Amino acid sequence: MTLDARIPSGPIEQAWDKARFDMKLVNPANKRKHSLIVVGSGLAGASASASLGELGYKVKCFCFQDSPRRAHSIAAQGGINAAKNYPNDGESIYRLFYDTVKGGDFRAREANIYRLAQISVQIIDQCVAQGVPFAREYGGALANRSFGGAQVSRTFYARGQTGQQLLLGAYQALERQVHAGTVTMIPRTEMLDLIVIDGQARGIVARNLVTGDLSVHIADAVILASGGYGNVYYLSTNAKGSNVTASWRAYKRGALFANPCFTQIHPTCIPVSGDYQSKLTLMSESLRNDGRIWVPKTKGDQRSPNEIPEDERDYYLERRYPSFGNLVPRDVASRNAKAVCDEGRGVGKTGLGVYLDFSDAINRLGEKTIRERYGNLFDMYQRITDENPYKVPMRIYPAMHYTMGGLWVDYQLQSTVPGLFVLGEANFSDHGANRLGASALMQGLSDGYFVIPYTVGNYLATNKFKKVDELHSEVHSVVASVQQKTDKLLSIRGKRTVDSFHRELGKIVWDYCGMARTAEGLESAIQQIRTLREEFWQNVTVPGSGYDLNQSLEKAGRVADFFELAELMCIDARERNESCGGHFREEYQTPDGEAKRDDEHYSYVAAWGYRGPGSPPELTKEPLEFHYVHPSQRSYK
Amino acid sequence: MKLKLKIWRQNTRKEPGTFISYTMDNVDPEMSMLECLDVLNETLTEKGQEPVAFEHDCREGICGSCGFMINGVAHGPERATTVCQLTMRHFKDGQELVIEPWRAAAFPSIKDLIVDRRAFDHIIESGGYISVSTGQAPDGNTHLVGKEIADRAMDAAACIGCGACVAACPNASAALFTGAKITHLGILPQGKPERDRRALSMVAQMNAEPFGSCTNIGECTAACPKEIPLEVIATMNRDYLYASCSKREDAAATIAPVAEYSANRR
Repeated sequence: MTLDARIPSGPIEQAWDKARFDMKLVNPANKRKHSLIVVGSGLAGASASASLGELGYKVKCFCFQDSPRRAHSIAAQGGINAAKNYPNDGESIYRLFYDTVKGGDFRAREANIYRLAQISVQIIDQCVAQGVPFAREYGGALANRSFGGAQVSRTFYARGQTGQQLLLGAYQALERQVHAGTVTMIPRTEMLDLIVIDGQARGIVARNLVTGDLSVHIADAVILASGGYGNVYYLSTNAKGSNVTASWRAYKRGALFANPCFTQIHPTCIPVSGDYQSKLTLMSESLRNDGRIWVPKTKGDQRSPNEIPEDERDYYLERRYPSFGNLVPRDVASRNAKAVCDEGRGVGKTGLGVYLDFSDAINRLGEKTIRERYGNLFDMYQRITDENPYKVPMRIYPAMHYTMGGLWVDYQLQSTVPGLFVLGEANFSDHGANRLGASALMQGLSDGYFVIPYTVGNYLATNKFKKVDELHSEVHSVVASVQQKTDKLLSIRGKRTVDSFHRELGKIVWDYCGMARTAEGLESAIQQIRTLREEFWQNVTVPGSGYDLNQSLEKAGRVADFFELAELMCIDARERNESCGGHFREEYQTPDGEAKRDDEHYSYVAAWGYRGPGSPPELTKEPLEFHYVHPSQRSYK
Repeated sequence: MKLKLKIWRQNTRKEPGTFISYTMDNVDPEMSMLECLDVLNETLTEKGQEPVAFEHDCREGICGSCGFMINGVAHGPERATTVCQLTMRHFKDGQELVIEPWRAAAFPSIKDLIVDRRAFDHIIESGGYISVSTGQAPDGNTHLVGKEIADRAMDAAACIGCGACVAACPNASAALFTGAKITHLGILPQGKPERDRRALSMVAQMNAEPFGSCTNIGECTAACPKEIPLEVIATMNRDYLYASCSKREDAAATIAPVAEYSANRR
């Protein structure tokens, strides 16, 4: 199989214009004759549903939560980047493009990123017009801040809850289309399979999570915006319901899965406090603007942090990276925290934590200023830990946060299954091996508001759609396979709960395919995952029935897919014999412990195809070419 | 620590529910209320019993999925805290916690602690937006918004739609929820053109759903995990009154669906 990314020829600055001009259009009067399915209602799904509804398409949007407003985009704290250059500090579309290619460690497609940087400008305009209450200067202009180590202030924000406000903007636009009758919202419903007929994605099978009924939905195209797969690690900053099921079923129906091992571990989260821990809470990266990260110089130092004198503290990021200091990118900060904890210098009762200390900033700027900047984050920290971060340094530790990998898509965001489009975190396209702060919101909204409305139109205008209904034999067989899987999960009646399997699986993936990986460890992880998966299918217990609301059953289906994904992640990580971005293979590092990329052999996207149960997946490579930003060793020294 | 949990169990809307008591011997003060329920559910599942169904997702206090009454208080005893961020250290060893779902006619029960809050979506659908389609926006700095107004809009926009305001209100009114959206959009320059129409249609929809009326008691704002101020209700009333005068014909039209709805319910 060869992959055609359909990147327009010619200068990158004109690629998106050229692509739009070359696209066929759907006559306005014909748009209402086309039906579309959108799975997911986060930034990408809600913005896509709203925009497609506004154009006049007949849209059905699905989410598993009780309302589209709950999607996990809502939890994003920091902000959204845009190349507006309002602060007059040297920002440009080209600079945002350059920083994103470099930040992704040269493992993403240049043309996609350039388009993202171009569109970033329109996103802010759109969101402001919707009434998103971005932070403002006293004069009334939009405020900006520097974020995640960027050297320009390009981040727009709404307090510490930017994701919430952007999502509510998209949700309101979506509800406006529900009112207009173009979008039908179907909440509390989970996609369980993809219907592919004559090589085209033509619909989904979904389960009503309240009644348990399976339903068939037929359309001319299917758009997945179902988010990332960080919950494969069990503990992550993702919402409890976030899952890979929609993407995974698409993979098993022929869509390729790209770079599954590219996952992002966020450096500033509240550490684990006990075995019952159900998720991890992120503390915004903006805290690193004023906080200093340190651990004691000596192993096992049990003194309280305020008793440790200055000369017995190791501000390890400032020591190792004098020019970026505490503001090094996420992957570098996370790896260094792991390294000092592995040396036995971690803090807190588990030893898995480092200090994030604001005492210098408070002495310099006063408590009032710090409270204005981070008050809500400090309150949240205190609520969870019962410690006062104005007096005692915060304890933080890295946690699984975002997945750069996802279903493979071309420049038009179409997967390898014609008619199946993938948006937002669910696709792999824009962040390479590491995502920069405040760029996930940008990508989700870019895909949904400004890319898919054009590219899906082109697909509809250039293809023919045979009439398909629920009686089609392929529909029958997909429904039967979904039913069979549900029945199987309910019939095992073993001894272990779904959560106990999920927790154990997560630990394997975290230990061997987390912040540091080795070929040997990954090999062992693959064996452990297979053994545990076998036990899962023999010993899991799912109480209740399939005919009403059954949260254990929902979880069981999702965890079953995580088992298969986890194996693919380890295979992908083992195959990539280099270190890049969030993928750190211990065998491939520079003498001073930094990631060592191998551009000669690994400058490609690894896209994996499903070949049936028990068969190894097939690898197809999409070579990456860099005509504008030339690969260099990232250095933050 | 030890706790006694008296939890409302109800299989479906059609079947009657009842309180069932569970004792927990090993509650860690560091765990959250939801993690405490997780631990209980693991035990129940291992015994082959059905776990307690409760709604939750982000567990960071922002998605608005979770929420139930603890000893008669929405989201429990801590101010400005959802149950997912409520840690068990706020309870005493040996204490009994009575846990039950939001009780409101507009939030019919689904199972155990889960209720149906679709009425909130209907209110937003009726006008809780600014009518600007993708691509129509002018440059972001075209409308300057003074910092004070931007901050007030943000205070109102912080609502997470959890439903605690309705559950806490003796009348089960949705005035705080509706007022928050009317205030957020109405005071911003972008939202001005539709200010009257928005107030009329959202209030009409709120009245059409089986919520009660607001009598200015203030329980809503006390229970609100995001501390939405009571003044949003005043803003809503002002906007509605003003719009009723300036848009008399539209106002008359908004009364019809309410009458129709009430007739259908009888």
